[in-house]
Amino acid sequence: MVEVGRHPNIEVLTYTEVDKVEGEAGNFSVTLTRKPRYVLADKCTGCTTCVEYCPVSYPDQYNEELSNNKAIHIYFAQAIPLVTYIDESCLYLKEGKCRVCEAVCKNKAIDFNQTPQKMEIKVGAIILSQGVEPYKPQPGEEYRYGKFANVVTSMDYERLLCSTGPYSGEILRASDRKHPHNIAWIQCVGSRQATEGGNSYCSAVCCAYTQKQVILTKDHDAEAKCTVFHNDIRAFGKDFERFYQRAENLSDVRFIRSYPSLVREDPATRNVSVRYFIPGEGVKEEEFDMVVLSVGLQPPVDVKAIADTFNIDLESHNFCKIGAFNPMLSTRPGILVSGGLQGPLDIPESVFSASGAGSQVGEMLDYRRGELSRERVYPAERDVSQEETKVGVFVCHCGANIGRVVDVPDTVKYCKNLPHVVYAQEQLFSCTTNSAKEITEMAKEKGFNRVVIAACTPKTLEPLFRDTLREAGLNQYFLDMANIREHCSWVHSKEKEDATQKAKDLIRMSVVRACHLEALQEFDLPVNKAVLVVGGGIAGMNASLSIAKQGHEIYLVEKEGQLGGIASKIHHTLEGDDVQAYLNGLVKEIYEHPLIHVHHNAVITQAAGYIGNFVTTVKSDRGVSEIKHGATVLATGAEVYKPREYLYGQDERVMTHLELEELMSKGDERIVNAEKLVMIQCVGSRNEERNYCSRVCCSEAVKNALKLKEINPAIDIYILYRDLRTYGFREDYYREARARQIRFIRYEPDDQPLVEVVNDKGRSVLRVTVTDQTLNRKLAIDADLLSLAAAVIPSSQTEEISKLFKVTLNTDGFFKEAHVKLKPVEFATDGVYLTGMGHYPKFIQETVNQSYGCAGRVLTLLSKDTVTASGSVCEISEKKCMGCGACVDVCTYGALELRDSKQGKKAAINPVLCKGCGLCNSKCPTGAISLKHYTDDELMNQIDAATREEDEIMMKIDAA
Amino acid sequence: MDLAHVLHAFSNGNDGVYIGGCHLGECNFITHGNYHAVNMVLLCKRIMEHIGLNPERLRISWTSSAEGTLFHEYMNEFNKKIKELGPLGKSEGLDGEQLKSKLAEVIRLVPWIKLVKNEKLGAPLKNPEEYDRYFTKEEIDALFSEVPSYYIDPEKCQACMICAKRCPVEAIISAKQEVHIIDQDKCIKCGTCLEVCPSKFGAVTRMVGKPAPPPLPEGKRAIIRKNKEAV
Repeated sequence: MVEVGRHPNIEVLTYTEVDKVEGEAGNFSVTLTRKPRYVLADKCTGCTTCVEYCPVSYPDQYNEELSNNKAIHIYFAQAIPLVTYIDESCLYLKEGKCRVCEAVCKNKAIDFNQTPQKMEIKVGAIILSQGVEPYKPQPGEEYRYGKFANVVTSMDYERLLCSTGPYSGEILRASDRKHPHNIAWIQCVGSRQATEGGNSYCSAVCCAYTQKQVILTKDHDAEAKCTVFHNDIRAFGKDFERFYQRAENLSDVRFIRSYPSLVREDPATRNVSVRYFIPGEGVKEEEFDMVVLSVGLQPPVDVKAIADTFNIDLESHNFCKIGAFNPMLSTRPGILVSGGLQGPLDIPESVFSASGAGSQVGEMLDYRRGELSRERVYPAERDVSQEETKVGVFVCHCGANIGRVVDVPDTVKYCKNLPHVVYAQEQLFSCTTNSAKEITEMAKEKGFNRVVIAACTPKTLEPLFRDTLREAGLNQYFLDMANIREHCSWVHSKEKEDATQKAKDLIRMSVVRACHLEALQEFDLPVNKAVLVVGGGIAGMNASLSIAKQGHEIYLVEKEGQLGGIASKIHHTLEGDDVQAYLNGLVKEIYEHPLIHVHHNAVITQAAGYIGNFVTTVKSDRGVSEIKHGATVLATGAEVYKPREYLYGQDERVMTHLELEELMSKGDERIVNAEKLVMIQCVGSRNEERNYCSRVCCSEAVKNALKLKEINPAIDIYILYRDLRTYGFREDYYREARARQIRFIRYEPDDQPLVEVVNDKGRSVLRVTVTDQTLNRKLAIDADLLSLAAAVIPSSQTEEISKLFKVTLNTDGFFKEAHVKLKPVEFATDGVYLTGMGHYPKFIQETVNQSYGCAGRVLTLLSKDTVTASGSVCEISEKKCMGCGACVDVCTYGALELRDSKQGKKAAINPVLCKGCGLCNSKCPTGAISLKHYTDDELMNQIDAATREEDEIMMKIDAA
Repeated sequence: MDLAHVLHAFSNGNDGVYIGGCHLGECNFITHGNYHAVNMVLLCKRIMEHIGLNPERLRISWTSSAEGTLFHEYMNEFNKKIKELGPLGKSEGLDGEQLKSKLAEVIRLVPWIKLVKNEKLGAPLKNPEEYDRYFTKEEIDALFSEVPSYYIDPEKCQACMICAKRCPVEAIISAKQEVHIIDQDKCIKCGTCLEVCPSKFGAVTRMVGKPAPPPLPEGKRAIIRKNKEAV
């Protein structure tokens, strides 16, 4: 948000409604109404004095009305812009009296004369990202929400868990403000319900967020008892299976597969009784201190108005009607859809689709790219080399996150006495635009040349604060952050005094390090505008097309003789759309595009270079080519596991789901005439060897089963599964399958089905024996055919490709993205991007979302002529190098080499390839290598400062 | 993470050192430095044993950024452990000065230890069961009994300055026409001088098990030029 707020090419209009959209793709005219905030945003400093004085207290919308806020308030702690606004509950607006806020505002920022402002803007394209809303159970419904005091929704609970929530992060019950110790979650509230008031689809995110809430609850209170009542556990996302296991394996955590009902509230304790049934054990009743309803996702309440305003269609669940293969397309050209408005999505998918919608806008408006863009201009950097070392310290309250535990004013006082500290102050949120401005202003006024910010982890906000230093005319590497939130206040909430002491220690260490920091220069590298795309499946082709349509040369290398990848084996989607027709269209478009060069039967033999400047050698139909490119996209896809289980490969009646689909499409007689078919799910997935869910197989099974029933209505189909994971709108097809008498039988991993060939009255059949859990007895099914949901595994070249391009894989052999949620299409290796099933199994729509998303990220690199490389890289003192080569051996980035010199062999570094990991430093026996920004001098002094008191440090710094 | 950092922290009087990082195989860098860190810790623990410190004062554990609880648990365990162990040195029967000088001696040898154990320090151990026996007590005792010293024979040195130029840490005191002297306090025992001393002089010797002889006093370092016929 902060980045968006600060971006020179993004104008944020908050508190604004869209009234009208006229025109067409490339030339829309949009009428907006800016609602009056009654506060002048450029004058308000966010000090919240007005909030303190405002007499109106009413339920806080942000905190799910669990606590109160004022008529004038800031919506939430990290809001952009961080300024107040006045809403309809204001006394003056209602009754014409009060105006106390106006009286107390020192900056004269209150303006009651504001009226709604109409404005019209011209845009070329529109992206809809209005998102989703949590399902709200109606009072008096079966869940007794609003009736029993201690029944909350998961959104309420999310607020309770949050440190900016109603009770500052303490989980308290509404009835008595006491900590609940025995909490139950009920899954699928408002989801997977075909009944009135519910939503028929699966909301896709609730299983995972409930597990997260369980883990966080145990973090808050290790003794807490957590019980989750669930239907299928749908842990289909990347690493979700392990996350589920982690939650399940915590002590006093139970996952119970049962549909519970809330029966009564104890009038004295206000505890809630839950009744549920367990096969073999009967009906049970249990009392809980609190019950959390895991509510699903639904479209925004005003979705119909949105559809009218933008003139787009909605689908049957009232989400946006989207393209069958391209989910970012709405029904109106020029209007794209990203995020939850496409349907229930998790964060990574939202990020893909957002970046992907951006890339498609880029395609549309490429002809006038750059006409309106503005560049950031920084003041000239001050040369401080002759100045005395002066440190400025800013201690952040992070709202209450830090301030409630660490005594911030006392810490600031302490900082003022540290050597070389010339200035120290506290800030409510150091990360807000106003606070950043304050830092730059103070740097100029007080003349300090090093900055220490004591706040949160540098992982998220260090780039922002470096930017702040540049604004102040200081070298951005003169910054050090002391993490007094994650490393202090959050973990020592109950030891306030010790936490304050620790904050002081951490800041002292930072100050000492800051004193030793050096000004570093980043350097600009030219960017080659061509792109290498590895893999010609749906993922690689979509990414190629989107990038090529924005004017860049593409080298698309495919290992096979033809394009298409695994999709060439899929005939139609669960929704009934023709995959082959789509695929043929894509392939045609690829071949016809003048900027796309396809290499078939390609093998990559060598890959060198770095972001903006890669050189890759490819052997293909075209001979050996050396390709120069600025970015690399890895779309190497996946394969199907070849089962060792259930007689696969031994009996020709046993096949994979994909092979079954192939036979069905050919109208194979064995299929048409089959009387009984059994499907077994999770073959090779969700086991010790592959501890992940292959995500697509449940829907693939349902798809094939429904199609089979169409071809051969008399066929009996049994699907043996563990958890049925038809998430999202796919749930409707699962329901249909049940309605069509397809039998679903659940099995436990420790009681797997048994398959044997049996002679039944002279006829050889496949006998599948499985435990029927409802009846608690063995069931034998004599099948003609057996279809296996074989795992999706990374394609066989993945490992080799990962080594060539120096990217990492996860434990399961899939590509490891830079950040699971926030950077899902980038690698930690700069200039290399990923998309498709090489990342994780996924559906075609998801792949297309991700591929456009990947194209969008590639374009952000290619749209610039240069790329900036970090200043924190290794440096070699040639004199100190003894030429042992220990550093060269460990640098898998290939940044180091030994060169002959008059003084024998010496290590040399290519700073562009160096990622600053520091391993070579620790290997160097002579101390010839140092990592800039993390030099031994900086680190050793920081270690010293951990235990030494101020006077001693003073002496050391002065001596240096 | 450098061995010297850890030893430095102990010599500052810290009672325990905890090293945290991402799970093995999940390093953000393709160099997978955490495997190297494990080996460094295993070696350091043996060194601690060698000088009489309890190796449990050093711990390395892995937690991902999403495993706050685990980190919490590990830190509490470690904190408890260190409290049980009591103050550094005293609890092990070492007085302050003794401990300081032992640590200083090891720190001085870190470059040499890195050099001789380089290969072993860089080999990734996939199975935690190997940890305990990877470096053995005997091996480390032997390591410390094999510490070499380098010595320039005043009778052979021809003051050619080659060793002085090539010494990575500028530990060789040299001047024209004067016998070169190795400053034993600065020397990191890398052996470069031995390697580069022209074979026709062969002035550098590697000595193990006994200290290098004292250097010639200043003023008496003029070289004895070899008779050309004798060469």
